[in-house]
Amino acid sequence: MKRRTVLAGLGLAGVGGLAAPAIIRPAMGATVVGVTKTEIKIGHIVPYSGNASSYGVGGRSHSAFFKRVNDMGGVAGRKINFISLDDGYNPAKTVEQARRLVEQEQVAFLFNPLGTPTNTAIHRYMNQRKVPHLFLATSADKWGDYKAFPWTIGYAPSYRTEAQIYGKYIKQQRPNAKAALIYQNDDFGKDYLHGLQDVYGKDFDKTFIKVVTYEASDATVDSQVVTMKDSGAEVLVTGAIPKFSAQVIRKAFDIGWKPLHIMSNVSASIASTITPAGPEKAEGVITSQYLKDPTDPDFKDAPDMKEWREFMAKYLPDGDTTDANYVYAYSVATLMHIVLKQCGEDFSRENIMKQASNVKKVALPLLLPNMTAATTPTDFRPLKQLQLARWKKDTWERFGDIIGA
Amino acid sequence: MEGVLHQIISGIATGSIYASISLALVMIFLATHQINFAQGEMAMFSTYVALTLIQAGVPYWGAFVLTLVFSFIAGMVLQRTLLEPLARAPVLASVGAFLGLLLIFNNIAGWIFTYTLQPFPTPFGAGAPILGGMLSRHELGSTAVTLVVLTAVWAFFRFTRLGLALRGAAYNPVSSRLVGIPVARMLSLGWGLAAAIGAIAGMMVAPIVFLDPNMMAGVLLYAFAGALLGGITSPLGAVVGGVLMGVIENIAGAYIVGTELKLTTALVIIVVVLVFKPSGLFGKTLANRV
Repeated sequence: MKRRTVLAGLGLAGVGGLAAPAIIRPAMGATVVGVTKTEIKIGHIVPYSGNASSYGVGGRSHSAFFKRVNDMGGVAGRKINFISLDDGYNPAKTVEQARRLVEQEQVAFLFNPLGTPTNTAIHRYMNQRKVPHLFLATSADKWGDYKAFPWTIGYAPSYRTEAQIYGKYIKQQRPNAKAALIYQNDDFGKDYLHGLQDVYGKDFDKTFIKVVTYEASDATVDSQVVTMKDSGAEVLVTGAIPKFSAQVIRKAFDIGWKPLHIMSNVSASIASTITPAGPEKAEGVITSQYLKDPTDPDFKDAPDMKEWREFMAKYLPDGDTTDANYVYAYSVATLMHIVLKQCGEDFSRENIMKQASNVKKVALPLLLPNMTAATTPTDFRPLKQLQLARWKKDTWERFGDIIGA
Repeated sequence: MEGVLHQIISGIATGSIYASISLALVMIFLATHQINFAQGEMAMFSTYVALTLIQAGVPYWGAFVLTLVFSFIAGMVLQRTLLEPLARAPVLASVGAFLGLLLIFNNIAGWIFTYTLQPFPTPFGAGAPILGGMLSRHELGSTAVTLVVLTAVWAFFRFTRLGLALRGAAYNPVSSRLVGIPVARMLSLGWGLAAAIGAIAGMMVAPIVFLDPNMMAGVLLYAFAGALLGGITSPLGAVVGGVLMGVIENIAGAYIVGTELKLTTALVIIVVVLVFKPSGLFGKTLANRV
């Protein structure tokens, strides 16, 4: 068993050596931190404890992923030393952990730290220190701001991109309909407002005749749903977390309001939104996806799914293979791996950032068919495509083409 | 016009959620003259106990009663072990203990039951909503339950010797002790009753807002505003105040200040009541002889 792994590793290293570009020497004045001849140190922060601890599986998945990379010979002859710390989804703690990783552990860069408030807390710090802050596990739109924050780059389609795609769909399907929007009154919710405004421009107020908000601490949004129904809107966009999306679905159904309902994919979880709301009440609700659902029979025999299942079986045998967090983690870790391979021999922070922002169109495993990731120095949003899906009876059914923002 | 009516009915339904927690706050205040900030989290925890029982196959009303018994005992034990030693400590120490309890219950619930949103069953049937969808069966049923609890609490304090002893122990512990009331036992009884009322509230709220460890965070604030508005010394006031909060919130949110300032409205009400009529609409002014 062990021997085979070594052989496989050698084989891959050989192929990698052939395909690698000519050795690039670090440019003058480049900062190499956390990388030696034998090791690349990567930092990661995720809530293993507290409120958002269900995302902790992302950290476990990354650790296993880089273990596999090491088993196959590492990157450019170096082993990955992946240091993953817990912040309990508490921004104050995130700052502490980021400083520990950057100043004490001296990592080369941070990869995929999770959460909007948590990453906001270290956004400025990472950029002042000029430490790459790569492929964040949050879909806020602000991670795409390459001018003000050239060391930070996002990953998943942002909420604003998502809202733009919804806007395009509504414009095309119901060009003359009146619409209503409900969003959470914070950065996350406002991305939906801004994305729709991007699409409708000055016509926004004419189309969206009722725009209401809620606070994450509210008990219910029943009143807002009643207000939106009374406005006479025939289209509804919900930019909300599962608890309130479930309430919107239930209340709209109870008061007999049947708009074309488009809901944030933050709330696409069957367990936390659809089941509490009642699957029959959610009939016809539309959301969007970019990852393959591991329970979708369509993808049962897809090569990337098989590759992923083998990875799970070997490296995370007790991991839940219906948990989409593992799917997400595998796709973003693959992108990270590609960027590291692209670095050649130059692991200076400048070059790592340069390679992260020069990813040529690549079909990452577990993205929906025909979707690609790509970045340029003026485009810090690796994923910009989504496919819509409609709730039918007991499952999300994807429909239509892949839509780009 | 139909819109206004709809907002009012929906507000009464939401308000009855606030009212049920207000009632538990009033209960603990009458019994101990303190505001328990952990009341909401204790109720949430009891609700998880009920859900666990139901999932284990106990029928709804069986689980309901068992949860009440559990909460009553847990409330008494908490008072005996945690608050009794703080009896002579300054008020701030108790406030600190309440806030600590809030965090402890919240985290333990998350640790044991996870933070995933869970549906909670209703005993009133899942049939079609009434009044053109304005009121679900559960909302109607839970409002009725709140009224029953209100009547029971009122009658308990008004007509029973135990209720009188409880009030006496909170109002004037020294004199109560002199006339033979076991003050310490009365305080833990008050905690037990408040925890049980909280548990009822939790089980009535959960089907509407869904169950997760943070279920009560928002509710408690409105409940607190409701209890102050109605008068923290009056069970009837708590219910009227809670329901009023729900209606005011909806009307203000829909027609006056907009949804962005709904929460602010609740906070403004707390401040206004405290400044102009600290005893609330139905409350009695408490005078302490110095």
